[in-house]
Amino acid sequence: MATGHFKQGIAGGRLSPEQYADNFSDLHPPLDHHEALVESDRCYFCYDAPCMNACPTSIDIPLFIRQISTGNPIGSAKTIFDQNILGGMCARVCPTETLCEEVCVREVAEGKPVQIGRLQRYATDVAMAENKQFYPRAAPTGKTIAVVGAGPAGLAAAHRLARHGHDVTILEARPKAGGLNEYGIAAYKSIDNFAQAEVDYITSIGGIDIQNGKALGRDYQLSDLTRNYDAVFLGMGLGGVNALRADGEDAQGVTNAVEFIAELRQASDLASLPVGRRVVVIGGGMTAIDAAVQSKLLGAEEVTICYRRGQEHMNASEFEQDLAAANGVIIRHWLQPKRVIAEGGKVSGIELEYTAMDGDKLVGTGERLMLTADQVFKAIGQSFVPAALNGSGALLALEAGRIKVDAEGRTSLANVWAGGDCIFGGDDLTVSAVAQGRDAAESIHRALTSNGRA
Amino acid sequence: MADIRNNFVGIKSPNPFWLASAPPTDKAYNVIRAFKAGWGGVVWKTLGEEGPPVVNVNGPRYGAIWGADRRLLGLNNIELITDRDLQVNLREIKQVKMDWPDRAIVVSLMVPCEEHAWKAILPVVEETGADGIELNFGCPHGMSERGMGAAVGQVPEYIEMVVRWCKANTRMPVITKLTPNITDIRKPARAALAGGTDAVSLINTINSITGVNLDSFAPEPTIDGKGSHGGYCGPAVKPIAMNMVAEIARDPETHGLPISGIGGITTWRDAAEFMALGAGNVQVCTAAMTYGFKIVQEMITGLENWMDEKGHASLDDIVGRATPNVTDWQYLNLNYVAKAHIDQEACIKCGRCHIACEDTSHQAITSMVDGKRHFEVIEAECVGCNLCVNVCPVENCITMEPLAAGVIDQRTGRPVSPVYANWTTHPNNPMAKVAAE
Repeated sequence: MATGHFKQGIAGGRLSPEQYADNFSDLHPPLDHHEALVESDRCYFCYDAPCMNACPTSIDIPLFIRQISTGNPIGSAKTIFDQNILGGMCARVCPTETLCEEVCVREVAEGKPVQIGRLQRYATDVAMAENKQFYPRAAPTGKTIAVVGAGPAGLAAAHRLARHGHDVTILEARPKAGGLNEYGIAAYKSIDNFAQAEVDYITSIGGIDIQNGKALGRDYQLSDLTRNYDAVFLGMGLGGVNALRADGEDAQGVTNAVEFIAELRQASDLASLPVGRRVVVIGGGMTAIDAAVQSKLLGAEEVTICYRRGQEHMNASEFEQDLAAANGVIIRHWLQPKRVIAEGGKVSGIELEYTAMDGDKLVGTGERLMLTADQVFKAIGQSFVPAALNGSGALLALEAGRIKVDAEGRTSLANVWAGGDCIFGGDDLTVSAVAQGRDAAESIHRALTSNGRA
Repeated sequence: MADIRNNFVGIKSPNPFWLASAPPTDKAYNVIRAFKAGWGGVVWKTLGEEGPPVVNVNGPRYGAIWGADRRLLGLNNIELITDRDLQVNLREIKQVKMDWPDRAIVVSLMVPCEEHAWKAILPVVEETGADGIELNFGCPHGMSERGMGAAVGQVPEYIEMVVRWCKANTRMPVITKLTPNITDIRKPARAALAGGTDAVSLINTINSITGVNLDSFAPEPTIDGKGSHGGYCGPAVKPIAMNMVAEIARDPETHGLPISGIGGITTWRDAAEFMALGAGNVQVCTAAMTYGFKIVQEMITGLENWMDEKGHASLDDIVGRATPNVTDWQYLNLNYVAKAHIDQEACIKCGRCHIACEDTSHQAITSMVDGKRHFEVIEAECVGCNLCVNVCPVENCITMEPLAAGVIDQRTGRPVSPVYANWTTHPNNPMAKVAAE
């Protein structure tokens, strides 16, 4: 045990270098060749397969698995990329247990689905290792499209547009492309700098120019884009973090889980990354789980997730909850934060109130609980920050605080499309963002070329 | 406890599981290990005539096909008969037989198709105390090109001639091993019987190429860029072998001729099936070559437990029990009607039954009912073909349910007849035999 394990307060160096390396190794190690053959043979090649229907990008899963089983991983990868050019990352981060694998007939039959995610990773890894490019670009159309945000939605849109012969400029606020794939995924789900490798793989098609450090509303306005490009795709995600609405949340040691996750992904030395000895995470989604598990893996002695509703209401999948439990995270339910307690401006604990359902309304019961903590993570959801769009000329119509789009991803503004987390109706999944980006690109292509004909 | 002791043409063994003439029985070392593991008998790997030993290739001798998880489904080989000195083999056979008197040792033989060659070898084998001989008329490669093995087995007249020579020159029981590389297996069996054989054993291996290397464009196994057909064996050949056993068992001319069943036997169940079709005992090779000799322990206990459960006291109770139920197509009851039935509780909704029926058969299984994924047999379309049962991944989920006499068959609109009627009397048969008025 490293000497720093029981250091008080928020501190780094809690573990030995070996422990850090071990803790942040691949969550689902890749299948080797033989494992992939055995696993692929478990697939029944269902008719009108439920897995395929459950996939937001509608990948032909039985076909790609059969291609693996016949020793055709390149064909398999193309089947995947045809529908989802970010199939590599989705293979790593998709909550398959609530998508394809949940409805796999083998899950229904025996509680052991075909490991679709890991098979998808196997096939896409083979193709990406060879940098096998499947899609030649169509003849140049002379059309230019601006894409705001180099996250999953923007990259998927850009790739599809580039395929159709359009020239794409992606404007990305952060120093690196990838969006949440780069900044928002737990480190053990995407090791070896995969997000950047995937960006390189996608942009290899050509015709995609990514400009980093370009934030909408700060460096340019939406009206600049609509004026200078034939079409605009907005895929900037969610910029805001919901407040705890608890007293004292400004204390030192109250941290945005999203920022913590991003920082961890960018850290070159995990030992340099400070984490509390006793950590409380407020929230019930994937972000809460990622922050809690990674705190534990960084050496926090005690990590507790507090969620204001019951276990069945948590957005985090059962798999994610089990992952947290297996890593020693305690998940407590029916607790909402009331007051962050600070000593000398630094967090020393948090006071929570028990909750209960009163009809269909969540109410505090008045009973309080004190937890000792030197770090509190806010993971109660992100919000769309429309300020960046304001003053951009015509105002984009919003719905429930996010951009309103139609079935093709068209916004209320002419020649402006949107997709990913920033639109209303999204489900905050990488794979859904990919589907929306891809479909918006097809819509843009149809609009710019009169039904797809240049 | 069921008695599984075996008496095959007078050769006794504690169980009906023999190792077939093949690499596992090439020398004393292996045979002793096999006996220690519990095998009832062995057919010693084929001996040739006195002289310079045969030579084998010095590269791959085996090719294979695999199922999931590299389960070996079929194996082929281009190995020849023993390449060890005849005298060494004879000495070892004699010693092992002395040390293991309760086990069967049969010696496989293959010498040129001349009477003097057989006359020369029979007494020296007899001298070892072996229980019998098996005539290798099956080896499909190498030896056949020298006028032996399958070259004899494919000519019934030669079979009869050689068997006769052997019967005339030894007191040992003669088992004639047949090649499956022939159009009608009954012909060589009849010839062997005519020559006086005590039994036949079958099948030997099947001419085969297990694969083609798509880089070198050479067949597997590849010897310096070339390949040759080898003898195919293992689980994949079992259905072919069982049919051949049944053909001989039910042929009026050979009915009752003892059969030693060979071909892909891997488990007690495989053995029981061969015996039910008429094999008096069985010989195993590929399963042992895949898993080692220990598998016989599963075979022994499996057979005993099944026999106990079903009340079969001895092997006589099961040998040939299925033979009368093997018939010609023309005698099948055309008035028997069965329909597939899908157990909705067991169904996992993979849809394979639907797509198999829809794409390749009779469009008799739904995929969607009232907007829900639902697989159900449309009786009016179902011809009872059983394809859905075979493609369903869930055992017993789809079953074939016979319609009782009198029930209306939804497909034909006619009631099921209680009367047995076959093609020989069917009105659509121009050759129909009209019942005597």
